[in-house]
Amino acid sequence: MSLELKNVEKKVGIETHIYPTNIKLEKNTINVLLGSTLAGKTTLMQIMAGLDKPTNGEVWFNGENVTGKQVQKRNVSMVYQQFINYPSFTVYENIASPLKITGVNSDEIKERVGKVAELLKLSAMLNKKPDELSGGQQQRTALARALVKDSDLILLDEPLANLDFKLREELREELPKLFEDRECIVVYATTEPSDALMIGGNTATILEGKIIQYGKTLDVYNKPENLTSAKVFSDPPMNIAEISKSGDICKLTENNVQWKSNVKIKDGNYKIGIRPHNITTYKEGNNTVEINGKVLISELSGSESLIHFTNGNLNWVSLSNGIQQKNIGENTKLFMNIDEFLYFDENNRLVNHG
Amino acid sequence: MNKTINQKAWFFVVPVFVLVAFNAAIPLMTVVNYSFQETFGNNVFAWEGTRWFKQILLSERFHDALGRQIAFTFIILLIQIPLGIGIALTMPKKGWGVPVCLILMSMPLLIPWNVVGAMWNIFALPDIGFLGYSLNAIGFDFNFTQQPGDAWFTTILMDVWHWTSLVVLLSYAGLNSIQPAYYQAAEIDGASRWATFRYIELPKMKKVLTLAILLRFMDSFMIYTEPFVLTGGGPGNATAFLSIDLVKMALGQFDLGPAAAMSLIYFFIVLLVCWVFYSLMMKNEVKS
Repeated sequence: MSLELKNVEKKVGIETHIYPTNIKLEKNTINVLLGSTLAGKTTLMQIMAGLDKPTNGEVWFNGENVTGKQVQKRNVSMVYQQFINYPSFTVYENIASPLKITGVNSDEIKERVGKVAELLKLSAMLNKKPDELSGGQQQRTALARALVKDSDLILLDEPLANLDFKLREELREELPKLFEDRECIVVYATTEPSDALMIGGNTATILEGKIIQYGKTLDVYNKPENLTSAKVFSDPPMNIAEISKSGDICKLTENNVQWKSNVKIKDGNYKIGIRPHNITTYKEGNNTVEINGKVLISELSGSESLIHFTNGNLNWVSLSNGIQQKNIGENTKLFMNIDEFLYFDENNRLVNHG
Repeated sequence: MNKTINQKAWFFVVPVFVLVAFNAAIPLMTVVNYSFQETFGNNVFAWEGTRWFKQILLSERFHDALGRQIAFTFIILLIQIPLGIGIALTMPKKGWGVPVCLILMSMPLLIPWNVVGAMWNIFALPDIGFLGYSLNAIGFDFNFTQQPGDAWFTTILMDVWHWTSLVVLLSYAGLNSIQPAYYQAAEIDGASRWATFRYIELPKMKKVLTLAILLRFMDSFMIYTEPFVLTGGGPGNATAFLSIDLVKMALGQFDLGPAAAMSLIYFFIVLLVCWVFYSLMMKNEVKS
């Protein structure tokens, strides 16, 4: 089982929503489409599902060309950002609805609905209507409807975006487990890099209608092919600066901060990418370089501190553990973990990492 | 915490009391006054108790008018609600067709009621009206000024023409608030067009349809101007709905007592039906 997009392109009027794209998703994999709003994630999913036709190119499923094949003739389920359930049906009827339409007998429906409901912790709510449920439960019902069918392709379009933080965390942890023993391809669209890391599997980074990179999630994160992919897969945004290397000395072009490095790249000019958590208010890692910053904003996120600071023309974000109190305008020392730097050449391609 | 006494509140409450008194309570009490008394002019009144109420409730004339009224309201609801939903379903959801349809639909609603009555009167006249003449030309013996059936047909057609748009606009608003994802989900399930309507669109339109039915019920139950101009309640009493009959009684015959009693009964029927209907709908709402 595999799903393959061959040169798929989508144009609406004169606008290109998806540039010619090739991607092959293998069976029993979870694939994250990671990109900001309007990057083209939903369009890609709708093309994969058969809800939308590509302007050019072909969609192949299991060695069969399914371009233009109607969605109901394919075994697909989809879960949306909004909680989509039949409003007048009970939870049980909602979960059973895809089976009823395909004419599964009632004993089997009962058994399968029961199983899925238990998996999604909905057993106690089977007789309720969707609007009597919390957002999390409504989305669980929608997930149950998608799972009960034993689809070959399950598409999840930002399923957690409308949930509050706690429910999101909870469901996000459960999601990969739900698909573990299933013979299917799962596609999960999200704007959040942390979702991709949590879910694992494979990740495709997407920007403005193009797939930038596709591979194992951790590989894409640790070894982004290029700067764009690294930027898409970084939240808070990645810090970027130009450096020059000569011998074993690296130097920030902006302010001549320099450090000794044994990174294996030729002498010359490079760009470095530093993830915010690799710039901290304390020393972390074996090799750190000190940099001065003037605090622009300091904000707390849970038990982490985000400090936005400037140094000359550099406008960077650092992410430290614990609560670090900084005043706006204050000059502060920060430490960059040089072992975690990503090095890009003049074409923005990754040349070395760590 | 101690309660603080603040007399300033009167400043806000009193004007409301005065306003409500003038536009509702006082006129209503005048009617109540008349309904329990006999008037002789010159402000001479005699107490009659519930006599007028009994007289009205037992009179055949009232039963007939009420019967006609219920039949009329029932028929127009039966036509306008499904027709309105149907038209709303076929209206475009985007593009230049949207404003065109919306303006076309709003037109009948903007025409004053007596103009609608006059328009349809002329339109349906058997000798010079386009509708009346055409119907006769193709072999129907159509004359709404003479034949009760034709008068009903014309009145209902006029009301459908005038008011279906309201149902269309409300339904259209309801339909437009359904997120596209619902339709996609139904498509993925392989649901038929009918199932999509029955299980997604109709439940999602429930609230606006409740409103549409309530509004159309109230308006049609109190209809006066259009049939008054169109048929004047005739031929005979064929289209004398409650309010037409009421005006005849109050201003034609100057039976102020019975007319006042009838007004109150009329008022309570409208109130009762609306209340029953609304609480039934809300009960379902709470349950689901």
